[in-house]
Amino acid sequence: MPNPGPEPRFHIETHGTADSVRQILIDLRAFVEGLGPDADTSGTIEIVMAEALNNVIEHAYAPGCEGPLWLSAQRDGGLLRVELRDTGRPLPGFKLPQTNLPDASGPLQGLPEGGFGWFLIRDLTDSLSYRRFGAQNRLTLEFWLNRAVQP
Amino acid sequence: MKLSTTTKNGVAIITVTEPRIDAVVAIQFKDAMRAATDGGPDRVVLDMSGVTFVDSSGLGAIVAAMKYLGLRRKLDLAGLTPDVDKVFRLTRMDSIFDIYPSVAAATALRAAG
Repeated sequence: MPNPGPEPRFHIETHGTADSVRQILIDLRAFVEGLGPDADTSGTIEIVMAEALNNVIEHAYAPGCEGPLWLSAQRDGGLLRVELRDTGRPLPGFKLPQTNLPDASGPLQGLPEGGFGWFLIRDLTDSLSYRRFGAQNRLTLEFWLNRAVQP
Repeated sequence: MKLSTTTKNGVAIITVTEPRIDAVVAIQFKDAMRAATDGGPDRVVLDMSGVTFVDSSGLGAIVAAMKYLGLRRKLDLAGLTPDVDKVFRLTRMDSIFDIYPSVAAATALRAAG
């Protein structure tokens, strides 16, 4: 069997804005679709990466202080491994936050308009880890590309 | 963020004409929804059939639009595409809206009796 060669890698370094995040999501989705994922997997990955990227530009970087985004994605066996780096503020306590869903059971005017991001990230990733490395935040996310053949 | 509005059977149907309600346009969406619903019928159906992506900012903006209408008025959703439906379901926000498969289903007149 011929050597299949190295896995293609998606990589981007850019200035972090809502517009650049949108383009990263579109480009990353096209890359993922090319790997032959299950029907709903590329949508899942897009949802998670939207939340992770938006967290960086909205929280890691203070208001008015933009900064770079570094994203790399590559298949490793049956997994897509995505690594996201930024040079913004660390996560509080240098760890992943609690991920309870905001309470939607109360009256109309108390319904949540935010706070869903980390829940979606945790719920939809197959593996998630965070590390503060010097002045960098490093978030690693893994997704099974084809669930039918995975545990 | 452009929205198109029509009225059918006394219901305001607001169609989202852009494919993404996300962090780029969430605030504009909220503003556009206020303008599109002010002074209109009590019941509003948001046609989402052309929307292929909603992130949590977009979800929050849709919730904000419902809150803006207040208790006397109603915001229903129609035509959620699969990735959008997934976000509503996973966050349990599908329980706070009436969600229809289509605008036709949302505006069908009920038989009397």
